[in-house]
Amino acid sequence: MQFLKKKFPVLLAFVLGMVMFIREFVPAKIAQSLYEGFVNWSLVITGFAAVFAIISLLHYHVAKVRKKVPGYGFSVLTLVAYTQILLLGLVLGKDIGTPTAWQYQFVFVPMQATMFATLAFFIASAAFRAFRARTWEALALLVAGLIVMIGRVPIGEAILPKLGFLAEWIMNNPNMAASRGVTLGVALAQIAISVRIIFGIERTYMGGGD
Amino acid sequence: MGNTIKLTVILAILCTFAISSGSFAQQPAEGTAPDAAASTEAAAPVEAQPAAPPVEIKLPTDLFAGDLPNDDGSGVYLKWSVVPGESAETNYVIYLAESPDGPWAEALTQPADAVFMEDHGKYFPGFFWFGKNGREKQVHVAIIQNVPTGEYDKIGRQIHIPQPAGFTVKPNLGPKDDAGEPIDPDVIDVKTGLPKITPILADIQPRKIGTMYIKFTAVRDGVTAIAPEIFQVDAKEQWFTTSKLNAFIFAILFGTTILLFIARARRDPNLFIRRIAGLNAVDEAIGRATEMGKPILYINGLAGLGDLSTLAALNILGRVAGRVANYESSLTVPCRDPIVLTVAQEIVKSAYTDAGRPDAHNPDSVFFLTDDQFSYSAAVAGLMLRDKPAANFFMGFYYAESLILAETGASTGAIQIAGTDAMTQLPFFITTCDYTLIGEELYAASAYLSREPLILGSLKGQDMAKVFMMIVILIGTVLVTFGITFVKDLFTQLG
Repeated sequence: MQFLKKKFPVLLAFVLGMVMFIREFVPAKIAQSLYEGFVNWSLVITGFAAVFAIISLLHYHVAKVRKKVPGYGFSVLTLVAYTQILLLGLVLGKDIGTPTAWQYQFVFVPMQATMFATLAFFIASAAFRAFRARTWEALALLVAGLIVMIGRVPIGEAILPKLGFLAEWIMNNPNMAASRGVTLGVALAQIAISVRIIFGIERTYMGGGD
Repeated sequence: MGNTIKLTVILAILCTFAISSGSFAQQPAEGTAPDAAASTEAAAPVEAQPAAPPVEIKLPTDLFAGDLPNDDGSGVYLKWSVVPGESAETNYVIYLAESPDGPWAEALTQPADAVFMEDHGKYFPGFFWFGKNGREKQVHVAIIQNVPTGEYDKIGRQIHIPQPAGFTVKPNLGPKDDAGEPIDPDVIDVKTGLPKITPILADIQPRKIGTMYIKFTAVRDGVTAIAPEIFQVDAKEQWFTTSKLNAFIFAILFGTTILLFIARARRDPNLFIRRIAGLNAVDEAIGRATEMGKPILYINGLAGLGDLSTLAALNILGRVAGRVANYESSLTVPCRDPIVLTVAQEIVKSAYTDAGRPDAHNPDSVFFLTDDQFSYSAAVAGLMLRDKPAANFFMGFYYAESLILAETGASTGAIQIAGTDAMTQLPFFITTCDYTLIGEELYAASAYLSREPLILGSLKGQDMAKVFMMIVILIGTVLVTFGITFVKDLFTQLG
């Protein structure tokens, strides 16, 4: 039992990790088939995991309704919405013209768009906070931000023709240099975490600590 | 007398006309040689036009055909040196057949002055890295891959087999109907409204070429020149791609360095790791939540378990959950991915058990919300506004919803710690969160929090790799400045 719980997952991670590493350097067809096989496995696992996810969702909201925790009305709404869309989809299908498709097109999509649109207000408030020039670093950020923002819209170049060039220079030089530094660091860190996981040094993600 | 005068006038006019005509005939024609112009034959001016020179097509003299290296066995290639005077007016057309007698199928057409070996470093890395030696744009290559040579193309249509002079072409039988008559692939079935020839799965799949015969031709102004040789090539799949040799060597090198430092950490566990403010604040955030009697919200990002940043986030979750269990505080982990959900549930449960507080574990603390990006953000924002968690952790990979989450959290007054390698979202987290783990700090967080010497050793190895990269970048930059690209080429991604 201890083997299945502790050692087998580590062994599995080692074998599959090494196989996937080697596969990256093998152009033969079997390597591609192997990869497709793993992708298909993950799809099957996702299918099963989705069942657990739905159970988790229902359990969470039912518990909230039962306990009548503050805001449980939202949970009622979630449960009603979930049940009706499931039943309508199962009974009437989801083709164009069905209530399921109607709800998707005229309820779900507009709500999604609304959430996305709120980003504009969040960006405004975040920018207000970020651009308060209380330190030299914040002032540099403010100046660079203003140049890039104004330089990248047509009116910016109309006001000052060099602004577009300056904005591009900021993006292509200081910004790119910083971003590549972060990218290199991330790549090396990913190699390190992969080595830790493949060799069983890092096992927190399996549960059960070290 | 009058008649005599009239006759004289008529004769004079005729003589003048005759003399004039003779002088016109003696004018040399424009653009012709004086000798030719002297000819009096009626057809002379037309025949004197220079005949169009015959189309002269120079074929490469050093054609070489071979199995395409670093591929899955579906390709062959031809290479040849630049032909003096080659131009885009000439097209090289390459034919393939499964037998030297045909039928030949047109496999590839490319302009004579295009496609060089260094354009395909993926297949010819040796040439790219070491073989150029000033031979840039000197060696042409034609790569032929996944070309079906049967009677149907990839979508099941009858292929057109051109029949240039000099080819022995077998008749292309093509698909036939029940009566044995050929079916035109463009004919639409009136009953179904679909083409009469339905693509067959076997034809859609690219085929392995196997043993192939190659014929090389050059076409200009409708004239075809055919290379005398017919090349026989065996297309084989390879088991190691040399185009990724550089990546392989550096992966092994970095991996070994990390393992060496882990082994060193086993002997000497006193390793110095620089302070990471965001991780030092973890205890502060959990403590604050405990004092306020409010929950801690932990988000693993929006990517799936296949993303390494999600794995890093889950590792940190284990550490955070352990401390939450010790502090007897409460944890909320809303998940977006079903697989991440199951793993997170297990991690949190184990963390409570390891902390000796299995009784304090609430199975409902890790739950699934939705896998839709903006529905998820709306749900989490709702959680923040209703439950008012005292600390919010945003770890892992995020997309456009990062600002919605972090800004909503900031509005509730929670202490916020974010960690991501999503470059485009970092500015939003830096702006709205109290602490942000930038890029690699996310991956180092688990090691930092655990203080396990073995895991810390890997950070040291990572740092050594970084030093190596910095030295190489410095050397490469200097060399490229002087026009030497060898070091840069060695680090170029080819495959």
